[in-house]
Amino acid sequence: MSDTINWTALSVFVFFFLLVTVIGFFAARWRAGDMSQLSEWGLGGRRFGTIITWFLVGGDFYTAYTVIAVPALVYAVGAYGFFALPYTILVYPFVFLALPRLWAVCNKHDYVTGADFVHGRYGSAWLALAVALTGLLATMPYIALQLVGMQVVIGGLGIGGEGFKGEIPLIVAFVILAVYTYASGLRAPAMIAFVKDVMIYIVVIAAIAIIPMQLGGYAAVFDAADKAFQAKGGATGLVLQPAQLMPFATLALGSAFAGFMYPHTMTGVLSSSSGDVVRKNAMLLPIYTILLGLIAMLGYMAIAAGVTVKSPTAVVPALFLKIFPDWFVGFSFAAIAIGALVPAAIMSIGAANLFTRNVWRTFVNPNMTPAAESSVAKLVSLVVKFGALIFIVALPTQFAIDLQLLGGVWILQTFPAVVLGLYKTRLRPSALLVGWATGMIVGTLMAYQMGLKPVYPLVIGGTTYSVYIGVLAGALNLAVSAGASVLFGLFGVGKGTDETSPGDYLLNKAV
Amino acid sequence: MGEKSDKSGTPWVWGLLLPYIGLLWLPFYNMREPSIAGFPFFYWYQFAWVPLTSLLIYLVYRKVK
Repeated sequence: MSDTINWTALSVFVFFFLLVTVIGFFAARWRAGDMSQLSEWGLGGRRFGTIITWFLVGGDFYTAYTVIAVPALVYAVGAYGFFALPYTILVYPFVFLALPRLWAVCNKHDYVTGADFVHGRYGSAWLALAVALTGLLATMPYIALQLVGMQVVIGGLGIGGEGFKGEIPLIVAFVILAVYTYASGLRAPAMIAFVKDVMIYIVVIAAIAIIPMQLGGYAAVFDAADKAFQAKGGATGLVLQPAQLMPFATLALGSAFAGFMYPHTMTGVLSSSSGDVVRKNAMLLPIYTILLGLIAMLGYMAIAAGVTVKSPTAVVPALFLKIFPDWFVGFSFAAIAIGALVPAAIMSIGAANLFTRNVWRTFVNPNMTPAAESSVAKLVSLVVKFGALIFIVALPTQFAIDLQLLGGVWILQTFPAVVLGLYKTRLRPSALLVGWATGMIVGTLMAYQMGLKPVYPLVIGGTTYSVYIGVLAGALNLAVSAGASVLFGLFGVGKGTDETSPGDYLLNKAV
Repeated sequence: MGEKSDKSGTPWVWGLLLPYIGLLWLPFYNMREPSIAGFPFFYWYQFAWVPLTSLLIYLVYRKVK
């Protein structure tokens, strides 16, 4: 990283950052609603159409950290890092089938969170609490990682540095974010997402057009990467080694099922104006997956360009600094930093909705007025963001990365309660709670035992299968939930009440 | 005035299993050749599944909407 301040890049960066700040504050007036309602502040009034939802979920699911981390992984381990591609393809058939049902039932009963739905469907405040706490736990490190994305580009501009003083730009950026999220709610990231995505598309298209030209074409890029991996001993390369096949496939599958269980992605889905918007977005969001695949290619381009870095997360900024003119470096870094603001805002809103609805209202103050809900949520969004900020400033980055990995394992444990709940088979809530606890404990222990690596070597009949821990824990969760449900059924206990009816899940259109 | 009912129970939805099969069974594509425009097979095969999956979802969408 450069140690001197890159003034041209910095000026362009600051210009775009200020631009989105203004947009963030004006967003409150956009299709203005009554901000004292939680569904207005926290779901934008459920009024986002196909295009806004596309930008919002795109900005939310494909985060700035992805732009930094996926090429970093590809740079370090080659083909294995491309599991992000099947992951972000396989998520959409699932989104298309399951999430319009979730949208329909949530709209019908004014549920703001996935845990609200679980509460209504199973009549169990405790199961809803489990889902809510899991969401909060998984989201916190995710927000922290968005800060890592910002930290990396700020460092690239030469205004980062050691110690507390080096963190000041990050803190300033984050305070701005916190204030406009407080004021404008979900409308702020929805509007900013539009600017961010246009910028990211420009950067990526420029990168994939210009960089390979300078490096002698894609064949030369792959060739250089191939040689580099062979020189490292050939444990990784341009295609997967036999030992990487199972981890690759199970990571892709598990991540695809986890992707829309997070509070921020679910918030994006629930804020859309109809189930049909959700379906259309399942068709249109894969466009971002193409973009992600191209972003992943930056990892190989960095190898071909001879970029060397102390930490892989610096690969993308280092590549841009090497290849792009200063003003475009500023533009592309601004795109990444703004790309961190959008998901960080939505994550804090999603977390705030969960805390307000499923912790505070259920367990502390059941008689909250909608206005009180909205003000609690606004406050919590601030607390969550500052928590993440302290996390990053005070603790090693690796800690956030490790916890985010665990977050994926954890959030998958809410899948049986939420997704099975959308269909006919209704397991018993107490059984789901036992399954959830089993999955959480076993998943965490496995990850801990593996030194916080995502795959666990499962030995079946003398053969070792390395499987993503999220999938293992999730399968166990499902088996325990189903088994316990049958058992509880025999004794006639823990059935719970269901306030939803089968028709609530369908997208019936008035004609 | 009536209601157009939800038809998401159509057997067409099973077609959405295809991407899972195509992408999770690695022996289908864990190889370099044939490459296209410098991209080894492993890469362009994955890229190709993106529009293909969108198309499959679109076909099912037309049946259920």
